[in-house]
Amino acid sequence: MPKVKSLPRGVAMVGAGMSKFGAFAEKNSRDLFVESYKAMTKSVDKGFDPSIIDAMYVGNFSSDQFEHQAHIAPILADSVGLLPIPATRVEDACASGGVALRQGVMAIASGMADVVLVGGAEKMTALNTAAVTEALATAADVPFEIPAGFTFPGFYAAMASAYMAQYGMKSEHLMNVAVKNHDNAALNPNAQFGVTIQKWMEGRVAAALKKGKPAPTWANIWDFLHDESGNPTIAYPLRLFDCSPVSDGAAAVLLVAEEIAHQFTDHPIRIIGSAQASGSALHDRPSLTSIPAAKTAATNAYEMAGVSAKDIRIAEVHDCFTIAEVIASEDLGFFAPGEGFKAAEDGMTARNGAKPINTSGGLKAKGHPVGASGVAQAVEVFKQMRGQAEARQVDGDVSLALTHNVGATGSTCTVHVFERRN
Amino acid sequence: MKEETTTIRPFTAAAFNQYLAEHKLMTVKCSKCGGVYAPPRAICPKCHSEEMEWVEASGKSKLAGFTIIYSGPTFMVEQGFDKKNPYVSGIVELEEGTFISARITGLDMSKPAEIKVGTPLSADFVEFGEGEAKKTYLAFKAIH
Repeated sequence: MPKVKSLPRGVAMVGAGMSKFGAFAEKNSRDLFVESYKAMTKSVDKGFDPSIIDAMYVGNFSSDQFEHQAHIAPILADSVGLLPIPATRVEDACASGGVALRQGVMAIASGMADVVLVGGAEKMTALNTAAVTEALATAADVPFEIPAGFTFPGFYAAMASAYMAQYGMKSEHLMNVAVKNHDNAALNPNAQFGVTIQKWMEGRVAAALKKGKPAPTWANIWDFLHDESGNPTIAYPLRLFDCSPVSDGAAAVLLVAEEIAHQFTDHPIRIIGSAQASGSALHDRPSLTSIPAAKTAATNAYEMAGVSAKDIRIAEVHDCFTIAEVIASEDLGFFAPGEGFKAAEDGMTARNGAKPINTSGGLKAKGHPVGASGVAQAVEVFKQMRGQAEARQVDGDVSLALTHNVGATGSTCTVHVFERRN
Repeated sequence: MKEETTTIRPFTAAAFNQYLAEHKLMTVKCSKCGGVYAPPRAICPKCHSEEMEWVEASGKSKLAGFTIIYSGPTFMVEQGFDKKNPYVSGIVELEEGTFISARITGLDMSKPAEIKVGTPLSADFVEFGEGEAKKTYLAFKAIH
């Protein structure tokens, strides 16, 4: 295992913004990226001259498949007026954004750049669901996993089945994660699904009545979530509300060398841990109930930052499926193996819990435009750490936060640790 | 007369699939450290040796994780699978100690909660298509 090196130069995040996530027929990835860039520039307290940006890294999984547009980095740089700076697209499936962030950190830490724009963008909804599922499936180990019939919901469902067998979890326990993330997204104006599951259910009843159809008679959200017509099975044991949606969206953050951060803001967020690890196909792992690359990335990020799991106040984790959030909460060391689902049930990961997870609504409810997700996680911690998360702001001091971004079933994982010093 | 030689097939997906077409599930074994792998590898990830050999697996195995898929990729739809006719994909632990992804047959999909991780399995080979387009897929059958 490579030795964890400390950052040779401090790196700070001084601006962060995102587009609204959702399904936007009239917008392509560059339109969404422009929105996120404008939101980012507004967030820089003292303003800045964009001509000082030295380089740009952008996370994008597959504009080639989704938009029939490859080579998107210079196009995105041009769209925000940043030519001729070097612009590089980074692809590691759904971890593309987290890896782009890490590239930005390394560019500044190395001294090769002082100011770096890190973006993430994905436009997925131009394809139908079946085509999106197939595009995403190219992130698997195609010759050896796909002939088995696996889809991405299927992979995580298989992990869930193993977790259930090992720890006695019921698939119903996973609903707690979905309910919590929808509760958070309902307070996030940029979320794709900015509604609680209660409101969602009421909407379904109202829509049926409006059409003159018999209204469904769900007694409460749990009844709704157990009902095949409310919450259909996608890949047993996972149902619709266990899955993140197909999304369009973009996010952007501005990283600068720590010694010049004061020129941009009096409240910079330092990135003190940055780690990335790679893993095998799902079948090549000793266990299906943990992601080795996530554990390695977490261990290394904590070591670089000089902190431990218990020090982290909030975390944005990669909940592409509800089971993924449970496993992440264990891989990151927040809870012991087999305890993550109980922590979610007990409200420990809620906004007012001991370890709030995915205050943004997570991939599940905020949306998952895959290449943007890892960057959007950094946007959320930027807001929470600076007390700017409005209705979803957690109580108390958020001086340490973490982001965890996974590619495929864990073939890539990045973990970043953020610090606010008063 | 051509001399008979034993050709070692390359450690590739194509060779693995060629073996499947012959109804053989092959693993790759490291001659140096004894590590056994499926799917094939040309370099041992444990000791970095490049001395690998093909070894046929017994097919005796058990279910490590599974899912019932109601909405599959196009090639599965073409093979007749859909919401009304779902299929099981699984991660299988071979008795040789390595794991592989495969289709699983012989399970009662109408009672998914009764499907047990750990169910004993045997290797099976499922063919689809005809002539040039014929393809053999690895499957495992539940032993009841």
